[in-house]
Amino acid sequence: MVEVKSLFKKYNNKTVVEDVSIEITKGKITSFIGPNGAGKSTVLSMISRLITKDSGEVLIDGKDMGKFNSNELAKKIAILKQANHINIRLTIRELVAFGRFPYSQGKLTKEDWKYVDEAIEYMELASMQDKFLDQLSGGQQQRAFIAMVIAQNTEYVLLDEPLNNLDMKHSVQIMKVLRRLADELGKTVIIVIHDINFASCYSDYIVALKDGKVIQNGPTEQVINSNVLKEIYDMDIEIQNINDNKICVYFT
Amino acid sequence: MKIRYLVMALIVLSFTSLFIGVKDITPLDLLDLSDDKVQIMLQSRFPRMVTIVIAGVVMSISGLIMQQLSRNKFVSPTTAGTMDSARLGLLLAIIIFPSAALIEKMAFAFIFALAGTFLFMKILDQVKYKDTIFIPLVGLMFGNIVGSISTFFAYKYDLIQSLNTWMNGDFSMIMSGRYELIYISIPLVILAYFFANKFTVAGMGEEFAINLGLNYKFVVNFGLVIVALSSTVVLLTVGTIPFIGLIVPNIVSLYLGDNLKKSLSHTALLGAVFLLICDILGRIIIYPFEIPIGLVVGVIGSAVFIYLIMRRKAYE
Repeated sequence: MVEVKSLFKKYNNKTVVEDVSIEITKGKITSFIGPNGAGKSTVLSMISRLITKDSGEVLIDGKDMGKFNSNELAKKIAILKQANHINIRLTIRELVAFGRFPYSQGKLTKEDWKYVDEAIEYMELASMQDKFLDQLSGGQQQRAFIAMVIAQNTEYVLLDEPLNNLDMKHSVQIMKVLRRLADELGKTVIIVIHDINFASCYSDYIVALKDGKVIQNGPTEQVINSNVLKEIYDMDIEIQNINDNKICVYFT
Repeated sequence: MKIRYLVMALIVLSFTSLFIGVKDITPLDLLDLSDDKVQIMLQSRFPRMVTIVIAGVVMSISGLIMQQLSRNKFVSPTTAGTMDSARLGLLLAIIIFPSAALIEKMAFAFIFALAGTFLFMKILDQVKYKDTIFIPLVGLMFGNIVGSISTFFAYKYDLIQSLNTWMNGDFSMIMSGRYELIYISIPLVILAYFFANKFTVAGMGEEFAINLGLNYKFVVNFGLVIVALSSTVVLLTVGTIPFIGLIVPNIVSLYLGDNLKKSLSHTALLGAVFLLICDILGRIIIYPFEIPIGLVVGVIGSAVFIYLIMRRKAYE
């Protein structure tokens, strides 16, 4: 379990994260939603040690994050930031193999390669695994990065706006994969996501942030609610049940 | 390109290099070498060939490491102020400690090269507009500022001639007794091999590297130390050779990608082969005179460089 206790972060005297405390349930998908500048990505980055926190605590399985060494942590938590502009020429297979870096430091054993092959299979990338990343479409690249994270085989998988720049088909594909990661492999998935309907259809829990504070935190059906959404987004959002999914209608 | 073709080319060209020069020595003479021919081989031809091969390897690998760590394909020791800073350090060492041993002057130049490279990387961090072409321009400007400080002191202390020697790479002065310093770079190349995977991970960016548990700052700093030290060594033995650290890694990246574990050997071999070809050309075009290596590399290198930029444009 990941426990976050009264996290604070300031940039140039501007508080971007204020007293955020959340508990993240194991084996489920938790989505962070909220308007631009709500502090979602900042919280995610602090949970994954990419940026330092000003104060507060992040406990991973009961142990303070600062007490892990970086390599140990790399076997527990994987974080994927918006990676659209990575400009290194690696093949998919090479990239995914680097997911095993925390275990092997680059000298992959037979077992490491087994994880690599499985991750490539899982993301259905086998037929193009020797292609360079810069020859792929945005959706394929995103799948390759997720395959790397799968090969990293961490309990916690954190993704910052994984659907950025993807079309509908690829967005659905990625969300289904995340669902499978939680349901089949028992991973704890934490994502920052802008599209509330994707959050509503695919996540188990939602944390709604605004101005650096947690406004609502709970099971999806509790947060996807006109009153709550009004408070977060300052918009009247009607919610309709379509095929057992709660769909927010906010376009007009 | 297969690695064995590169190895074969390296062997053939190294061999050829030994038999080019004013004094006519043919491979057949090897069977029955007269004393003066032995002397020429040991004093001049062999040191020259070794220096070219090592310099080619070292500069290509330094370029590759810098491109990886700065995540920019057009950064290299000659376009990021490393070479200029090393020259400034060397010049100041000569002015301040004229009686110091060569190795001490080298240490001084190394500190400057390292400081200059770090400064460039700091500037990179500050630049928000990370355009592929813009970054090396910043590096060139930075290098020119450092260069102008060198020129100022050189005029003041009447050292312009020394400064020019380090500006233009030249293998014709390589002789036994004054090239051995270049051997210092061999352990650096070996270290680069040990760090190949770490450099690749660092090249994916800080966030990626931290995610994979890499000590990002340490690896970057370590890479810059290798680059600064090997640049200084090359500067002291042969002077500045433009473009090679820029184009050789780029060519290899085109066909092999950026996985250093895979591309390091190719980059090293191609660097040596490229420099041998340029040197042989420079020695035979106006035989028995010589065109300085910097000029030959500059002409061929700039053509390749323009091709690489055009290709990149077409690709974007």
